[in-house]
Amino acid sequence: MSVVDLNKETAVGHDSHGHHDEHEHHELNFIRKYIFSEDHKVIGKQFLITGLLWAVIGGALSMIFRLQLGLPEASLGWLKPILGHWITSDNKLDPEFYLAAVTMHGTIMVFFVLTAGLSGTFSNFLIPLQIGARDMASGFMNMLSYWFFFVSSVIMFFSLFIETGPAGGGWVIYPPLSALPQAIPGSGLGMTLWLVSMALFIISSLLGGINYITTVINLRTKGMTFDRLPLTIWAFFLTAIIGVLSFPVLFAAALLLIFDRSFGTSFYLSDIYIGGQALDHVGGSPILFQHLFWFLGHPEVYIVLLPALGITSEIISTNSRKPIFGYKAMIGSMIGITFLSFIVWAHHMFVTGMNPFLGSIFMFLTLIIAVPSAVKAFNYITTLWKGNIIFTPAMLFSIGLVSVFITGGVTGIILGNAALDIQLHDTYFVVAHFHLVMGSASFFGFMAGVYHWFPKMFGKMLDEKLGYIHFWLTFAGVYLVFFPMHYQGITGFPRRYYSYTAYEMFGGAYQDLAFFISIAAFITFAGQFIFGFNFFYSIFKGRPATLNPWNSNTLEWTTPIHPEHGNWPGEIPTVYRWAYDYSKPGAEEDFIPQHIPLTETLSSNLPHETDALNGIKITPTH
Amino acid sequence: MSTKNELTLNKVESPLSMHPKKFALWIFIVTVIMLFAAWTSGYIVRKAEGNWLNFELPYMMYYSTAVLLLSSVTMHWAYVSAKRDNLDSIKIALLVTSFLGLMFLVFQIFSFNELVSNNVWFGGKKSNPSGSFLYVLSGMHGLHIVGGIVFLLITLFFASKKEIHAKNTLLIEMCTTFWHFLDGLWLYLFLFLLLNR
Repeated sequence: MSVVDLNKETAVGHDSHGHHDEHEHHELNFIRKYIFSEDHKVIGKQFLITGLLWAVIGGALSMIFRLQLGLPEASLGWLKPILGHWITSDNKLDPEFYLAAVTMHGTIMVFFVLTAGLSGTFSNFLIPLQIGARDMASGFMNMLSYWFFFVSSVIMFFSLFIETGPAGGGWVIYPPLSALPQAIPGSGLGMTLWLVSMALFIISSLLGGINYITTVINLRTKGMTFDRLPLTIWAFFLTAIIGVLSFPVLFAAALLLIFDRSFGTSFYLSDIYIGGQALDHVGGSPILFQHLFWFLGHPEVYIVLLPALGITSEIISTNSRKPIFGYKAMIGSMIGITFLSFIVWAHHMFVTGMNPFLGSIFMFLTLIIAVPSAVKAFNYITTLWKGNIIFTPAMLFSIGLVSVFITGGVTGIILGNAALDIQLHDTYFVVAHFHLVMGSASFFGFMAGVYHWFPKMFGKMLDEKLGYIHFWLTFAGVYLVFFPMHYQGITGFPRRYYSYTAYEMFGGAYQDLAFFISIAAFITFAGQFIFGFNFFYSIFKGRPATLNPWNSNTLEWTTPIHPEHGNWPGEIPTVYRWAYDYSKPGAEEDFIPQHIPLTETLSSNLPHETDALNGIKITPTH
Repeated sequence: MSTKNELTLNKVESPLSMHPKKFALWIFIVTVIMLFAAWTSGYIVRKAEGNWLNFELPYMMYYSTAVLLLSSVTMHWAYVSAKRDNLDSIKIALLVTSFLGLMFLVFQIFSFNELVSNNVWFGGKKSNPSGSFLYVLSGMHGLHIVGGIVFLLITLFFASKKEIHAKNTLLIEMCTTFWHFLDGLWLYLFLFLLLNR
């Protein structure tokens, strides 16, 4: 936080937004404008492009282990130019690298793509634009947030190429596997780099989160009360709160692990013998790590998911040309999910030998999450119901989100049961569940957001036809990949295994299913490059965007097509209504943006709005 | 959707507004609270599992606690001086507070020495999590104190340029908040360690 800034900005109360206008007169050089930029829009795009590059790497890693799982007999010599010594002399994938690939796929997707890429992009880009602010509360902290993420990315990327390989203990890095370099090669330097990278990542997330919360609370424009905020902003706001409360706990857990690894403490380690020799570590508890890890780990699921749900609310309402159904119920259920996310972590630990009574409490709390989640799903469907639906690619991805959210959510009820979880724990059933409800749903929300706000980001339109192809390939793809995994899981396939040769049944009859999943995964992954091409091609050669291409109500569409730093050339618009006045009876058009005063919409004002105009005070009826 | 605000068209409400930077500091404080909440709850969970070395807290820590409490008083003196436009005593008070902060750190290091001479180790063969936790809690708190002293020196720098006075108290208010917080955090940790032997 720069202190010079502090003094300069002392005067920024809410009425003095005009003071920021001076930004527009600066001619910033290239470095200040595009690299070390303090403009939230540029920072959002930096997060987006970095996140997309990570998505390619994370996806490619999954292709490598799907090759092994689907075609265990295949000769992988052709991968030697890329993977080098990780392809053994008989042209097979090295099992150590398989474990590393699984670990890095998880880490990259959860943190670098769906936390930084999704929340980083859209929180940065949309919060100031949709609440009517010139920029974030602290542009400097915001810039730091991106560059901490960048350095963290570089370290994590670098760890892929070291001789002993990247971290290999699973993305949950349970000790003692992750704590002892003797355990697997990946727990050596790779794990050290993982921890350093994640520590920087946490700092980046916290800098971002503090900024998002402060901005939403303090910098809303006139009239933008909390009950008029678009649901996107509510989602980003709650996501930031979850992050601020849970990421420090991961930091605490990781730091103790670092001490165990490098300073000889015994927080997590006890009574370990290697080659008959007892290690010095005495008195530690590996379960302690799991508690600390999942206290972040479970809220993290909602850090990933809530922004996607917020984006979907906005897009479904806009493209159904209908107000969102149950606006306040949506907010209520998001608050409910936020609260519950902190008190369910031990459902990841049902098989650690916990007291069954404690297990049943966590089971009960876990199952309650089904209620707010179902409220959200019903509200999406009822918003679509009898809507005047416009199937833009963004809308298709949003509807796709609702579909995978329900499909994956239903299996959550099964896994949340302590008794059922004992059978299903660590099988492909779990993999299927969270890839649908968290992975695919968040990814669909991410894509929906990119298709919807691309015109605002780059002033160009994405190609719709390519968007449709991308959607259908992805939508069919994720179901073909993840649905069969339920069957594998029920059969008992453990996850993270290199091969299933030890089990007659798995190696035989179910190999066809694994092969099918792999082929579907290859096609789905290939389909993403259609989007990649569309994205980069359209930035430069896309159709020019219009001012408000989706006839949307929110404030970002009142800015110029290429907004400068400061967003609005003149005054910031004042807000007179909520964000969802679509197809209001009596209105000339089927949308009334938030900045249109009631005096200009006399024909469509509702009775209480007319009364308000005539100066009659009535008490709210609810 | 009938809300109070939609009814008062001409009196559009401005949203509530604390100074954004001050607000951000409070959220930062929340993250620090979560960090130490994680460690102290880890402490309780781990302690419940047995194999726990019992030892007395170093005597030196009572002195360092007293020094830190005193520094909060001088910090408040700086704040009140700023409110009263007493430019010289702001500088003196900030200087004294920074000095007391440093003294706290030195005393903490002395207490680490005391621990080692009592055979309580951070790592290695002779260590036990109960000792390691003590080092982690006080060490990480010490790192935050270092941050707090840097903040004090920055404030001192602006005070010496006469930029902190009754009409511009933002920086010193934030500094005071943070310093009192660090003081309170240590009191919590100290009491926690005393009560959970």
